[in-house]
Order: sequence, then C-alpha cells, then structure tokens
Amino acid sequence: MKEICEMTAHEIRDMYEKKEITVPEVVKAYIEKIESEDENIKAYITVCKEEAMEKAEKMQARYESNEKLPPLAGVPIAIKDNLCTKGLKTTCASKMLENFIAPYDATVIKKIEEAGAIIIGKTNMDEFAMGGSTENSAFFKTHNPVNLERVPGGSSGGSAAAVAGNMAPIALGSDTGGSIREPASFCGIVGLKPTYGLVSRYGLVAFASSLDQVGPMTRDVRDTAELLNVIAGHDELDSTSANISKKDYTASLVNDVKGIRIGVPKEYFGEGISASVKVAINRAIEKYKDLGAIVEECSLPTTKYALPTYYIIACAEASSNLGRFDGIRYGYRSKNYDTLQDIYKNSRSEGFGEEVKRRIILGTYVLSSGYYDAYYKKAQKVRTVVKQGFDEAFEKYDIILTPTVPTVAFKLGERVNDPLEMYMTDLLTVSINIAGVPAISIPCGKDEEGMPIGMQLIGKHFDEETILRAAHTYEQNKEV
Amino acid sequence: MEYEVVIGLEVHAELSTKTKIYCGCSTEFGGDPNTHCCPVCTGMPGALPVLNEKVVEYAVRAGLATNCEIARESKQDRKNYYYPDTPRAYQISQYDLPLCAHGHVEIAVGNTEKEVGITRIHIEDDAGKLVHDGYTGGTLVDFNRAGVPLIEIVSEPDMRSAEEAVAYVEKLKGILEYIGVSDCKMQEGSLRADVNLSLRPVGSEKFGTRTETKNLNSFRAIARAIEFEIARQKEILDAGGIVYQETRRWDDETGEGYATRNKEEAHDYRYFPEPDLMPIRLSEEYIQDIKNSLPELPESRKNRYVNEIGLPEYDADIITSSKYLSDFFEAATDICKNAKAVSNWIMTDIIRIAKEKGIEYNELPFSAENLSRLIMLIDKGIISSAIAKKVFNEMAESGENPEIIVKEKGLIQISDEGAIKEVVDKIIAANPQSVADYKAGKDRALGFLVGQCMKEMKGKGNPQILNKLILEYLNN
Amino acid sequence: MITREDIKHIADLSMLNLSEDEIVKYTENMKEIVSFANTINEVDTKNATESAFALDTYNVFRKDEVKESFNREILLSNAPSTNGEAFSLPGMMN
Repeated sequence: MKEICEMTAHEIRDMYEKKEITVPEVVKAYIEKIESEDENIKAYITVCKEEAMEKAEKMQARYESNEKLPPLAGVPIAIKDNLCTKGLKTTCASKMLENFIAPYDATVIKKIEEAGAIIIGKTNMDEFAMGGSTENSAFFKTHNPVNLERVPGGSSGGSAAAVAGNMAPIALGSDTGGSIREPASFCGIVGLKPTYGLVSRYGLVAFASSLDQVGPMTRDVRDTAELLNVIAGHDELDSTSANISKKDYTASLVNDVKGIRIGVPKEYFGEGISASVKVAINRAIEKYKDLGAIVEECSLPTTKYALPTYYIIACAEASSNLGRFDGIRYGYRSKNYDTLQDIYKNSRSEGFGEEVKRRIILGTYVLSSGYYDAYYKKAQKVRTVVKQGFDEAFEKYDIILTPTVPTVAFKLGERVNDPLEMYMTDLLTVSINIAGVPAISIPCGKDEEGMPIGMQLIGKHFDEETILRAAHTYEQNKEV
Repeated sequence: MEYEVVIGLEVHAELSTKTKIYCGCSTEFGGDPNTHCCPVCTGMPGALPVLNEKVVEYAVRAGLATNCEIARESKQDRKNYYYPDTPRAYQISQYDLPLCAHGHVEIAVGNTEKEVGITRIHIEDDAGKLVHDGYTGGTLVDFNRAGVPLIEIVSEPDMRSAEEAVAYVEKLKGILEYIGVSDCKMQEGSLRADVNLSLRPVGSEKFGTRTETKNLNSFRAIARAIEFEIARQKEILDAGGIVYQETRRWDDETGEGYATRNKEEAHDYRYFPEPDLMPIRLSEEYIQDIKNSLPELPESRKNRYVNEIGLPEYDADIITSSKYLSDFFEAATDICKNAKAVSNWIMTDIIRIAKEKGIEYNELPFSAENLSRLIMLIDKGIISSAIAKKVFNEMAESGENPEIIVKEKGLIQISDEGAIKEVVDKIIAANPQSVADYKAGKDRALGFLVGQCMKEMKGKGNPQILNKLILEYLNN
Repeated sequence: MITREDIKHIADLSMLNLSEDEIVKYTENMKEIVSFANTINEVDTKNATESAFALDTYNVFRKDEVKESFNREILLSNAPSTNGEAFSLPGMMN
C-alpha cells in the first residue's frame, strides 16, 4: 500500500469512506511530513498545525456519524499565499504584507472549506506572483523536491513543491502567464489554468486582473477534476466571473481519445526548446495517435508576439493593482518619513522586492503619457489577433498540444540576473492567458537527469472537459 | 483692457442610490467613521468592484434630462493617483466612452436666455474624507464616503459671468432633483462644482489660460470664487503678467482663492480600461424605457404655470427652479384651488423664511397642506390678510396647523356689523378733529380712523366692513 | 531610447524611491525589455480592435440592495496606525 502522503485526494477520500483511515491520521501524517521535509524544500510560509488538527477531529466525528459529506471532506490542501484566508496570514511572499491577516476569505477559500477541505498551510511563491522560479519570494527560496538544486518553477512554486514533495495531496495556485502550469511541469505534477472567468478571483490578490485565474495543482487528473468541481462557478462578487451552469468535470474522465482532433503548432517547437522536451512531447504525440486521436501540425503565427504583449498588459495592470500598497490601510509602513510622499515612497521602496519594482516601472511606463498608444493600446490589439489565432485553430481542432515550458527546471540562481531570460520561461504559456482559454499541464516523462517534463493541452473557452479527458487518457496509458 | 470671461463647470452630483457604486455598503450620510465600509470600498487586497445597476440608470436619466446622447457602448477606466482618501490609488471613472455626451440646458439671466452645452456626463466613485486629528495633530481617514456614486457633468465653456454660472448650477440642481437621481444637498457636499475660468480680450477667438477652482459647495461660494478669480486674472493680465494653468481652492471664510501647491503637478493619471469591470452596452429599449419614465421637467412645468395658470414668467421660473417648491406649489394649489395665492405666498414669505433661516425648501417646517389651510382661512373671510401674516410666521416656527393657531390665539376675524359699529361710534366720538379734517378734504384722516378702530379690535375687525361703516358715517 | 531621467520620472509616478544603483540597473533592464516589447509592432493590427478582456461579456451589474457593512475593528486591524475609529497618518498631510 502507498504511504498516506503519497496518496491522491480521491484515494484518501475513498479510504475515509471505507473507514480504513481517519482524518486526524492523514492530517497528522502531512504535518509530520512538513515538519521533517520542509526545512529542505521550503514550500510553506505558514503551516496551520493546530487549526488543521482541530478541523480534522471535527471532520472525523462527522464521518463517524455517517452523514453524507462533501467531496473534499477531510482532505488536506495547501493554499498559495496570495489567496485571502480570514484570520490567517496572506503575505504574497512580500515584505509589504509580511504581517497581513486577511479580513475576509477569498471565494475559492469559502468553496473549498464548504467542500470539507482542511487548509494545512499557505505556500511560498514569487512575490505578488511575479516570477517563474519562486526565487522572488521576499522570505526564502523554495527547492524542487525532485532535485533540491533546482527551482520548483513559479510563481506557484510552493504549491507545486508541496504536492510534489508529498507535503499536501492537492493545492491551489494562481496562473497569470503560466504560474500554475510551469511549476507543475517542473515538479512533475498536474496543473490546470481554467478558462478566464470560470473560477472567481474575489480574494485573489491581483497581479494582472484580466489574466489571473485560480486553479488546481494535484498529483493526478482526477483530483484536478474534483478540485475544479469545487472551485468553479459563478460568483456575484467578481464581475469577470462567467455566469454559466455548473458541470461535473469528473464525468469527462473517460479513457478514450478516439477521433479527438489535436493540433500541434509548429511555432511551439522553435528556438529555445530543449531536445529532451521535444523528444518527450513527440513520444506523447505518438501515444495519442496510437490511442486513436487525430494529430496534425498546425500554426499559431502570433505566438512569438504573445510574450511581449503579455508583459505589457500584465505589468500595466500590475502597476495599477499594486498602487494600493501605500502604507496607510494595511501592510508595511516605513519608519522613515517626514511627509506623505515619504510614507508612500519609502514604504513602497522598502516593502517591494526587485522584480516587483521592475514590473511596476515597466507597467507605469507603458501607460504613461506619450507611450500608451505605442505599447498598451497596441498590445490590446495584438491580444485580439492572438485570440483570433486560437479561434481559427479551434475551428479545426479540439485541443492544441504543446510543451508547457521550453526546458526542465533550471538551477537556483541560474537566471536571477537576467530578467529577460527569466521571462522567456513563460514563452509557451502566456498566450493561453492572453486568449483566456483553459490549459492543463501534465507530466510526460523525464529528461536524462530525471527532471520532469510537462505537456500542455489547450482547450476551447469553457471546454475544460475535453482537455481533462485527453489528459486523463494519456495518464492512464503512459508507460511508467 | 476689456476682457471677456469664459467659464466652464464640472459639476459633481452624488447619486441617491441606497448603496455605493461598487459594493453593498450604505450611502447614508453621517454614521461613525468607517462604519459604512467593507473590503471593496477600503481597497483591501483581492477585493473586487461590481457595478450598481441603479448608477447606470440614474446617469442615463440625467443624460436624457439634459438632452444628451446616450452611449450604446461604454466602459469604465482607472484614473491612477496617490492620495490617502483614495483607497486603491486609483479612482474608477470613465475616460473616452462616457455614458452621456453632447447635451445642453437652457438658462436665463435677467431677460436673456441662453443655451449651455454639456460636453459629457460620466459615472465615478467618490473619495473618502480626511479629517484633522486635533488630538495628535495627525490626519484621520474615513472611508464612509468612499465609493458613493457620483456623476460628473462637464459643461462647455459657454458661460460668461458668475450669474450665468450660478444660473447653470441652479438649473442642473433643479433637473437632478426633478428626476430623482440626486438630493443635491450642497451643504453635505452632494452637489459641488469645479470652475474653469479664463479671460480673453473682447473680440478674441483664442481662449486664455484657464485655472480650475475646485470643490465649491454653495451658490454663494461659486459666485464669489468666480468674482475673485476674474479680478485676480484681470489684475495679472492688466499688469502684463501671465496666468498660469493651475488648480486652486476657495476659502469661503476669508473670501479668497489660493493655488494648491503644485510642485509635482506632472499629473499623469495613466487612464486605462478597468480590467475588473466589464463594458456596458445599452439597448434602445433600455434607453426608451428610461425616457418614458422621466417625470415632467422644470421647463415644461414652467410653461404650464405661465400658460395655463397665468403666473408671471419670473414667478414660474423661481417656483420651478426647485422640485420641492414646485411640488409644494402643486400640492397646495390642489387643495385650496387658489394658485395665485399659493404663488404669492411662495414668492414673498416662503422665500423670505428660507433665506432668514438659511434652510433648503425641503427643510421648511410646515406642509403644503397647512399653507393651503391658511389660504382658505383668508378666502373664507375667517381671518384678515394682516392676521394671516402673523399666523404664517407662527406656522413657520412651529409647523402647526393654522386653523389651530387661529383658534388658540383667538384670531378669528370679527365680521359682525353690530359689534364693529359699536367700535366705530366710539372712535368717531373720541376723534372729532379727524372727522372734521376728513370733511375738509384730508383723506389721510380716514386711514387714521380705520387704524384706531383696528387697534381697538386688536386687528381682528373685518377691514372691508370696517371701511364701509366709517365711510357711511363720514359721508352722511 | 529609455534614459535614466525617464526611469526617475516613472519611479516618481509609481511612488518609488530608487537608489543610484537601482536607477542604473533598471535603466539597463528597461532598455532591453522595451526593445523586446517593441517587437509587437511587427504584428499587423490594422483590422484589430482592442481587447481588454479575453471574453466578450458585458453588463455585469449588482442590484442596489444594502448589505451589512464590515466590522470596523477587523477593517482597521492591519493598519500601521489608527485612532480606533479611523486609519491615521502622522501630521497634516498635503
């Protein structure tokens, strides 16, 4: 039998139902695992040991009373530290919010708690979700559980490392330009960026409002579907939340891709894509063909422009979204001031890290007088072109298949001094956010050093079902 | 040199919705600091705005009532700037696609009427309030007003004097009250104006450099600030100086305007489309429905008062300038059926009382019903007009029913000829010299005798009967 | 071409104080990033309107119904300074 900490959420849930294991046993096992492993991995910023144990006892009582329990009853979950949790610190891995205790729960937090999940901790990330390696955390760097010298990816690196390092069965991350999929790929787990608007953003500390989505990070596709069932749905507190009827995503977990049309855009295999990634993806393509899918090469010609477009839009929105951190209502206030300007400037300069400041500067620049049309407005037009590219591709295909990241996880410190090279990590993931379509990253092999490689399956707007089905089918049929 | 004054106004009106523009917090005025607040209106991390549908409806009403075109496609934008009363470091406003544009209203100053163009009307959120903390010398921030919905009505630079500017704001205030979108309480800051003003030599086509005096919240302040600024700019220009484009404030106590420190007036608001809010698309039906639901506007009421009731144009103008006054007029007329009398009371005593007490018309202590009761007491001959003035003043203090006042104070008019004749006999007997004077052709003596009789009767004698009886005696 | 003066101006607008080292570094970074950003000019957008959103949704409104406001103590609980009723700032700030 598997160790408790290696089990998926649905396996844990089954064992609770069969009374083969208790909730306190599971929560305790995870807490102990965190206590023994996390000093090396450093996935968690906050661990809620007492609260989690207390909730575990209560949930166990409910199991024993044989009441009908919600889908995640007693399942431990790790939460990225940019989701507001009432009464718990929500730091965004920033000195700015080091002691910030959210006054309210994010909508997704309410939903997972109603579904019975037990929060065991809040995970490390790149400060305000800006980065692709979790090295931009103001507190400490997280290590990749597969190889501690490597980054876990980012910005949801703590959530990915917690799941991959057996310190949580499932986690929530957020994805603005790849922040769920890239760390999922680097750590060898499953990560889904839902369609923009499928999951409420209320209570997600905003990086780029028009791109951010919360999504599941799990060990298998079934858990992703289960967790998506819980967090998806209309929220009247979020104007960008889609008002569509609820679906059961587990219904798409059928082991069959016969007749599914898969497009493979040639632009995703160009310069910068490592040989081992290409090999792994090609093997997956062959597997899909074997399973009866129709796989063809296709073209998404604006792919190379998605990255600069993304950085312009995301940083512009971020420069405005992060204005509220001014040292007045919450967050860090510098001790060093004579005037109001000092409070603002010193608090922000001392409270924000290097990359956050860099993006605020870029975002302010592209919105400033004289540059707006050339950058922001132009980028909004390119966004339309990128969307049209996907629309056209989806007339012919049900799914677009690409690598998630051009390479496997790189070494800590390797890219920190070259922002532009770091941005290149997002090359294959950002256009998905620009177009607002859903995409899942699933493990599809390892390189010669044993580092995981991720495959990205992109779907049509609100068609998470088809990518979940294809992901599940691949997962069921891949060679171990 | 002779200058032409060029004035354009930006009028901010708080909309009278129950809740704030982007959250469900109450817009009620007053309340302890920060008790009408939530994560949205205090700009907490992760909190998101959702637009109040009434705000769109009210803005469209205002647009239709001011002859604007209503945008079929509109959106909201962020205006980025740092100030402690602005919780997110941006105001949510509208930049290039306002809900309403290209409207106008008619104003009248003296005998001349003119049209003032309305450039645009857009929706935005109000800021919080900064209060000096007397205890620590610091500043306190209260976000109860933060997120209260505003419309900003931007005029064309069509006004040429303080009188025109005031007439324009009065006109807008009347319209907004009529259509029920704002209570326009200037003393609570729910209607306030920014004045853009420049001078140019008479005959010049080119505009001079303008200044903007912000946040004027009374008609008096608007007029005085404009006069002050005209004088200031004139003095500079006459001396060959340069007027700088700047933001100014008005101190109503000292009666002086001053420039705000604009050391870093490198204002660059970096407007961009608000990514937390979806665009607004209005259908023809939606706009038509609002159009159909608009009440009769002041212009139309005024015409009715003049043409159907026969009020003088000036009186009709004054009465319709306030929805409350106009509703009051209609309600009172409805009961007493004497529109002229109601109009006279309004034009004289009601306006006087409001001025003396420094109150808005809707704060008058008595109802339209009580005014009509007073008028009916006169019309039925129960009290004289002279007594009615006393009763009115009494009613203006207590709000009491005039019938009760009259009864309690024993003010009912004496119309019994016998009783009056007794008094007349007594007064004539006591004043033979006046009788002789009258007969010698000194008409003034009649007034004296009537006055003496009235005094004897404590003012309650029916003046017509009294007059008749004295004349009968004197002429016989 | 982005100059250090541009960076200083942008930092002012963003309410950031930059050290001399930061000015030098960000000027260099921004030169590179902006020239990368300029590549979007290669995209033909003659026929494209601007998209602020990935989805074509509009008219998301809320009813004008009062909801209970928040507990003030909790709203103020993260503030660096308050007087118990309001957020506070030292000195009269202009």
